[in-house]
Amino acid sequence: MSQFSSTYALIRKDVHSELRTRYALNALLMFVVTAVATILFALRSDQPTSSVLSGLYWVVVFFTAMSGLSRTFVSEEERGTTMTLQLIASPSTVYFAKLLFNTALTFSMTIAVTILYMTVFSNSFVIKTFSIFAGTVILGSLGFAAASTIIAAIVAKANTRGTLYPVLSFPILIVLLMTVMGATTKALDGEEFATALPDFQILIGYFLAMTGGSYLLFEYVWKD
Amino acid sequence: MTFVKYGSILLITFVLFAGIAIPLSPSPQNWLQFPVIPGLEEKARNILYHVPIAWTTVVAFLVSTFYGFRYLKTRNIDYDIKSVSSAGLGFMFCFLATVTGALWAKFNWGSFWNWDPRETSIFVLLLIYGAYFALRSALETEEKRATLSAVYSMIAGITVPFFIFVMPRIMSGLHPGAKGDAEGSGPVVQMKMSPNMLVLFLLGLLGFTLLYVWLLNLRVRIARIEYERSIHHD
Repeated sequence: MSQFSSTYALIRKDVHSELRTRYALNALLMFVVTAVATILFALRSDQPTSSVLSGLYWVVVFFTAMSGLSRTFVSEEERGTTMTLQLIASPSTVYFAKLLFNTALTFSMTIAVTILYMTVFSNSFVIKTFSIFAGTVILGSLGFAAASTIIAAIVAKANTRGTLYPVLSFPILIVLLMTVMGATTKALDGEEFATALPDFQILIGYFLAMTGGSYLLFEYVWKD
Repeated sequence: MTFVKYGSILLITFVLFAGIAIPLSPSPQNWLQFPVIPGLEEKARNILYHVPIAWTTVVAFLVSTFYGFRYLKTRNIDYDIKSVSSAGLGFMFCFLATVTGALWAKFNWGSFWNWDPRETSIFVLLLIYGAYFALRSALETEEKRATLSAVYSMIAGITVPFFIFVMPRIMSGLHPGAKGDAEGSGPVVQMKMSPNMLVLFLLGLLGFTLLYVWLLNLRVRIARIEYERSIHHD
């Protein structure tokens, strides 16, 4: 099988096993709802500024991702299917399949958070520059998935997976989080598209560097 | 090693005493007077300790990553011993750089912490070291621990250029070289020290680097003995 078709087959396998139980999707969705509800309790009737809202937006995305994205590799370890995957596919195929699956998961998560925010903060969470917001969410999801996929692969081999995952991911994701928070604030403030270009350059650079580095290092993590 | 040992002791002692003892003067006449820098005054002396310590932190991180890379290539456990020993020292120097920096920030900029880009970077470096040791303690077999922590330190290394080159340019900050600095922004800060301060500063850099080399040598030797012992006991 070519690289593309085997990657596609692996993604299909992940989507099928996810749809069978809907474990990650349900857990992520419930986590989003819980986190946003907590924020609403904390804010009560206050009108948060755009920078506070964009910060809270990515806080929810970060912790939701941390609660669910490690599943991609942890579930393989738990079900004992890691060996099978090692036999049937090359490490790079596995890596890219997991990366794409995680990107899709992160992206759908950001969409869920966006819809929820637009409903509950209908006065203050108004996307004034849609192009900046769309670019931030797409590039942010890509970078997010790139960093959390390789960390998930590392964490799957360790003993204390649940607590270790956010601890290992946060230092790696700080650059990304700071950039997307800034860019989201710009989108909420209705600034020109050109003002967010430096942010997009960082996000693209981050995604490429993280994917390239993970691609080169994944083999060492994957093969025991 | 004898040269490294006595060199570091001599240099650091000299810089420590000279840096504190040399008086400030509004118009320095000779080599035994520092100029008064407006806004910094006596606090300027901290540059002789704070910056070399921060420099050593970065050196220790790079050395640790380098030996991690060597381990992945050769699978020789000795490289992992070197890598983790360097990371431990880096953590210590990172902590010292944070403390000396926070104290300086309190007396110069008003508060211990301001989320200036460089303060953010050192905070991230502390977190990376913390995560690195958390990961190591969660892995049981020696090979797994060595491999995965090497991979993690290299993944963390990927984000380092963003902090050194990108963040200071897009965020305004208080350290020299940040965005909006009159001297120009960039990773390399132009040396505009008086010559005698510069000499002390460079001696401090050398002294702290030698101290790092000495401590690394000691730690590696201890770690090797402990490793040998753990093999024979099992």
